[in-house]
Amino acid sequence: MSRQLPLPTSDDQLTVHSVTGVDLTLSLAGPGTRSYAFVIDWHIRLLLAGAWLLAAHYALDLTLNARSHDALFSVLPAAIIYFLYHPILEVAMRGRTPGKRMAGVRILNRAGGSPSAAALSIRNIFRLIDSLPALYVVGLTTCLLTPNRVRIGDMAAGTLLVVDDKAAQQSLARVEMLAAGSRLPLDALDLLDQILDRWATLESASRVRIARSLLDRLEPTTGADELERLDDGELHARLSALLRNQGEAAGNV
Amino acid sequence: MFDGDDIRRWLTSRAGVWRQLVKNIDSLSSGNGATVEEALGAVEAYRGLARDLATARRVAPNTRTTAGLESLYGHVHALINRTPRGGMAGFVDLLRVDVPRAARQVRMGIIGMAMLMTVSALAGWWLIMTFPALVSVFASEEMIEHVEQGHLWTEGIFNIMPSSILSVSILANNIVVSVLAFCAGIFLGLGTLYLIAMNGFMLGAAFAFVHQHGLAHALFEFIIAHGPVELSVICIAGATGVALGDSIIRPTTATRRDSFEACAHLFAPLLLLCALFLVGSGFIEGFISPDSHFPMPSRVTIGLGYWLIMWALMSGRLFAKDSPDQARRRWRKFA
Repeated sequence: MSRQLPLPTSDDQLTVHSVTGVDLTLSLAGPGTRSYAFVIDWHIRLLLAGAWLLAAHYALDLTLNARSHDALFSVLPAAIIYFLYHPILEVAMRGRTPGKRMAGVRILNRAGGSPSAAALSIRNIFRLIDSLPALYVVGLTTCLLTPNRVRIGDMAAGTLLVVDDKAAQQSLARVEMLAAGSRLPLDALDLLDQILDRWATLESASRVRIARSLLDRLEPTTGADELERLDDGELHARLSALLRNQGEAAGNV
Repeated sequence: MFDGDDIRRWLTSRAGVWRQLVKNIDSLSSGNGATVEEALGAVEAYRGLARDLATARRVAPNTRTTAGLESLYGHVHALINRTPRGGMAGFVDLLRVDVPRAARQVRMGIIGMAMLMTVSALAGWWLIMTFPALVSVFASEEMIEHVEQGHLWTEGIFNIMPSSILSVSILANNIVVSVLAFCAGIFLGLGTLYLIAMNGFMLGAAFAFVHQHGLAHALFEFIIAHGPVELSVICIAGATGVALGDSIIRPTTATRRDSFEACAHLFAPLLLLCALFLVGSGFIEGFISPDSHFPMPSRVTIGLGYWLIMWALMSGRLFAKDSPDQARRRWRKFA
């Protein structure tokens, strides 16, 4: 391979003991993922609050003056949506919000369990401090400085923001399907499938090198000269064929 | 030792269970209550998954199978270890056990905060009585003009804003101030001390200023219905904030972080109760305090009555359960 993706360091992972004796490894979300989730949520609550104001003004014919009687049904619900979005949704969705879901993160307690409503409420009231002096400077700085990448609210609540790799669960079905009809080793099968999956995003020279290396190991009958002659498209076709006819190909290994 | 065929056989034999678990986990996570069978099924699946993950880590490390199982295991672990929602019974327990326990822990702090507020109020009073011109530092021009014309700034507030809106804005502001007094404890308690001292100072200064214009009685009349609870809540929030700071300075557990977390969890129920009382206080301030139709005795009754309810709740007396002896005695009397 031309270059390797960095593996998560111990700073980005946390091991939690479980009653089964098999430790649980949590991937901690850093300030970037946190900010990404927050920005999505911020847009959602802004849009919802704005939509309510517009509906109240145009559909219900209410004035948007904060000092009028109408404010109880126009401005107040919009303010509740905007300011209580996080506490309400996090408690109702057990540590998730639409933004967190889209960013692929969720809140857990330090034992790896879903946090309690009390913990989520504490986490949210400390937003007052984390958001100081503006744009969550205190929260983000604390995130950068603390070992578990947590803000003050997380410290008070005993919570963590972890990466929620749902896609990995879905890949189980794919691996099962591939393994069912194959005699290739599981790691080779996995690698082959992933290479083909990422084919378009890899640099041409790199993918050619990877493909030749893979074919050299999985199809030893193919000579080195023959492999050298295969171009990008032909290599892709050979790998695809290998994946489709694993049983047949594996018989040659 | 596992060979390639063994791994494949193992994977294909277990894959059905994992597939089913992936399907079930979402419904179990989102559902409010699972049946006993479902819960036991989840626990059994958790055990099986732990064995599968241990196997996968050994025979197929750094593969998608292991990554998928890690993710699935994490989800089931979170599901199994989630805190149950208490519902109404949980709320009653909170009032009966958690709030009184927290209040007992912090009672000296509340007295301390009340003293700090009183001393600050006296300091504010003295300052404005001695240097009346300094009132412009604490009060807006509009407020000063009102008082100099012989009216409180609260008069005619109904004409500016409806009571409902006024109440909501007041209660929101009071809740934010109280929560801030608690959270500011993170700055080793100094933030909280500053907030309480400033609140007391401004209260004293405002009283001194209106006293100079013969309006002290009117201001007292305005605040007596909502003030006792409001000021008590600020003192309670301040005391919890100082306790939070103290938990960092003098940790009671192995680490400062654990101590901070334990302290935040201990006082959260008390703060919740305070917030609920501030909601009521906001409505009193919006509907009753500015309304001249309420005579002084009614205001005093409302203010003190509301304050007594708050203290009865905090001491645990309002929802106290009978001890076994008390219950037996009551039963004998009844029988």
